Amino acid sequence: MTAGLPRICHSPGFRAALALVGVLALGCFLNADGTFFKFKTHHDLLGAVAINGMLACGMTLVIIAAGIDLSVGSVLGVCAMCFPLFTMAQHWPAWLAFLACLAIGAIAGAVNGALITLCGMQPFVATLATMVSARGLAKYVPTFAGLTAGQKIQPTEGLGPPVFDLIDGRILLWEAPWGRVQLPIVTIFFLACVAVLWVVVTQTRFGRHLYAIGGNEEAARLSGIRVGWNKLFAYAICGLTAGLAGICQAARDHLGDPEAGFTFELKAIAAVVIGGTNLMGGRGGMLLTLVGVLIIGYIEKILSINNVQEAGRLLIQGAIIVVAVIIQRRRG
Amino acid sequence: MHDVRKSFDGVEVLHGVSLDVRAGEIHALVGENGAGKSTLMKILAGVYVDYTGTIEIDGRPVRFGSPRDAERSGVAIIHQELALVPWMSVAENMFLGREPVTLWGTVDYGRMRAEAARFLGALTPGIDVRRNVAEYGVSVQQLIEIGKALSRNARILILDEPTSALSDAETERLFEILRGLRARGVALIYISHRMDEIYRIADRITVLRDGAYVGCRRASDLGRDEMIHWMVGRQIEQLFPKHMRAPGRERLRVEGLSLRAGAGGKMLVNGASLVVRAGEVVGLGGLMGSGASELLGAIFGRYGRQCSGKIWVEGRPFVPRSPRHALAAGLAMVTNDRKASGLVLPMSVLHNMTLAALPRATRAGWLRGDIERRLAEPLSRELSLRAPSLHAPITALSGGSQQKVILARWLMTEPKILLLDEPTRGIDVGAKADIYELMNRWTAAGIGILLITSELPELLAMSDRILVMSRGRITAELSREEATQERVMAAAV
Repeated sequence: MTAGLPRICHSPGFRAALALVGVLALGCFLNADGTFFKFKTHHDLLGAVAINGMLACGMTLVIIAAGIDLSVGSVLGVCAMCFPLFTMAQHWPAWLAFLACLAIGAIAGAVNGALITLCGMQPFVATLATMVSARGLAKYVPTFAGLTAGQKIQPTEGLGPPVFDLIDGRILLWEAPWGRVQLPIVTIFFLACVAVLWVVVTQTRFGRHLYAIGGNEEAARLSGIRVGWNKLFAYAICGLTAGLAGICQAARDHLGDPEAGFTFELKAIAAVVIGGTNLMGGRGGMLLTLVGVLIIGYIEKILSINNVQEAGRLLIQGAIIVVAVIIQRRRG
Repeated sequence: MHDVRKSFDGVEVLHGVSLDVRAGEIHALVGENGAGKSTLMKILAGVYVDYTGTIEIDGRPVRFGSPRDAERSGVAIIHQELALVPWMSVAENMFLGREPVTLWGTVDYGRMRAEAARFLGALTPGIDVRRNVAEYGVSVQQLIEIGKALSRNARILILDEPTSALSDAETERLFEILRGLRARGVALIYISHRMDEIYRIADRITVLRDGAYVGCRRASDLGRDEMIHWMVGRQIEQLFPKHMRAPGRERLRVEGLSLRAGAGGKMLVNGASLVVRAGEVVGLGGLMGSGASELLGAIFGRYGRQCSGKIWVEGRPFVPRSPRHALAAGLAMVTNDRKASGLVLPMSVLHNMTLAALPRATRAGWLRGDIERRLAEPLSRELSLRAPSLHAPITALSGGSQQKVILARWLMTEPKILLLDEPTRGIDVGAKADIYELMNRWTAAGIGILLITSELPELLAMSDRILVMSRGRITAELSREEATQERVMAAAV
């Protein structure tokens, strides 16, 4: 086995980084006539992974506490409907609509948390239920705009309110010789999620409590930790990131699609697991998730620049999750 | 087994250990935790396959590639943690993986039950093989495991700490059965920390220390002091340090505490009253199921509002709503199950230590790693904790060191009353002596200790007063002078 290697080689961070390097090497090999070496490819990738990345960040908190949240895709859908509803149909100011959508996400998460801690439901079952209900809600939202249920909410003229363009836009960082280094706003949101939640899990009591709850809930309770509140809070934050992702999704599409975020929860969980955060709880971290998101993003990118069709892409992605989990199990 | 060596990650943990066990004998394998007993037994049971050295069974050299191989050669191991499926019947458990089938390929339940009943009936009467394993207590489950091993023609039976969860009566029954197996020519390897049991049951004793073979002798020829000397490499003149205590003012008062197992269930604790003063150790004795653990848990708020009765801490009324409230009131509790309710296994030593005292390491909302270390370092010195570093994973530590980490966790909360439930269970002699010494230091500092222990010598030596519980009631209160093993036992049964 891996006997004799230095300790660092056994750390999940090292394994995740190694996997990312492996994927990048694969990209260099399958570079599609040099497309992989183009600056633009990597540039676009950062924008493409952002929405999944936000979901994965929130999911990481929940998984560290030995939970799971299947509802994030549907909550994303609700918020991706509410944002255009508030701004296009109700003509709210953009900042109010923004905060309202974040609040809706957080409340949805808190409902998950309440079902789990107050009603004692298993996280899988509770969030499965909210996943179904939230999808229904997303389809019901258009009726508030005078449309029939299940319809898309579209701008009446042009591309809708300017906030959509703003969130979908990029900011110029540097006029480099090889091209303009621009960062999409959604990527900034994603990286902000990583940074803020990294601070939360590593530098606050709340973060430590989540690890303790995931590692041994009874020991955490006996140590005076409010297990219920901490879990509820973790689910609420997870919902909040889903709300943010929903806003970004609506801005990117320039409309509200009630099907938005369909099966996104699975991709977010996959990113967390590939990063090396253990589904059993108590182990993992935000930076691992960042690496996991990049690994998934690069795999998709490599497959798409090589013109692999969707059917093949899905098959290969599934295989990669299996490989990632096997590597994870080898630890310790 | 001869000259067996085994390494983990390049570190040799067994340095040429030998062991010979004869048919029809009970052979005790003793040593401190980490001495290599479990590793050696796992090699014999085919769990570890990469080792050097030879194993012979009935004079024929064997080399097992898997636990199944070992089983086929008649080696069976009964682990401390039993490996039964709780929601399957006794018969199904015994024949798990080799169910008898009918001509049609379906499971032949009739034959399975008859066979299961035959093997169990030879051990003990009164087990219904159709009932679920979960309906039986630990002691019966253990017998089911033994029956399962025998039904697989086990000729070498390894028992790892079989009595750790048994009451004295159950232990006695187990011993009867083991003696019966010995008479039938089964070779038994018996691993235990409990000296009294070893001398009562074992024919010969092999001692390991730090992965090396120390010696093997007939139990009747190996004195207790000498065995301890073999185990620790030094003579422990006094396992229990001398204690000089002067009880001070009242720390904890409990009156009429009762706890029911669910609505309409049986009374786990029935009207218990007690007082713990500053600087004294109150021992709580009783057999398994006496309700002592539940009493401690109820005081600490583990059962919330399920319990009734009155509690005063430091003279102030206290309602044990949750462990959090108990902690705030100055209580701390070490539970009797390190793995299940003590350690957070994925965490480091340091994080396990500071878990209950995180508010002390927080400044302006930030958890400060440097403060955590500053809190932990003096404590780990005080407890003479043996750990590679504070950042090492908790799983890298021996049982005794892990227990010290848990003690450190609670001391960090600066408690006034310590509730200790079997604080020395499953730890080696050296760590035990350390913990006794520490208990004396804490009482000298004014902490009141309520101690549960199932080891009578420990109870008698460490307690200033002894309360004995039986079936949820406190049946006796003995002063240090009055207490004898016989008196405690008389009140416990």
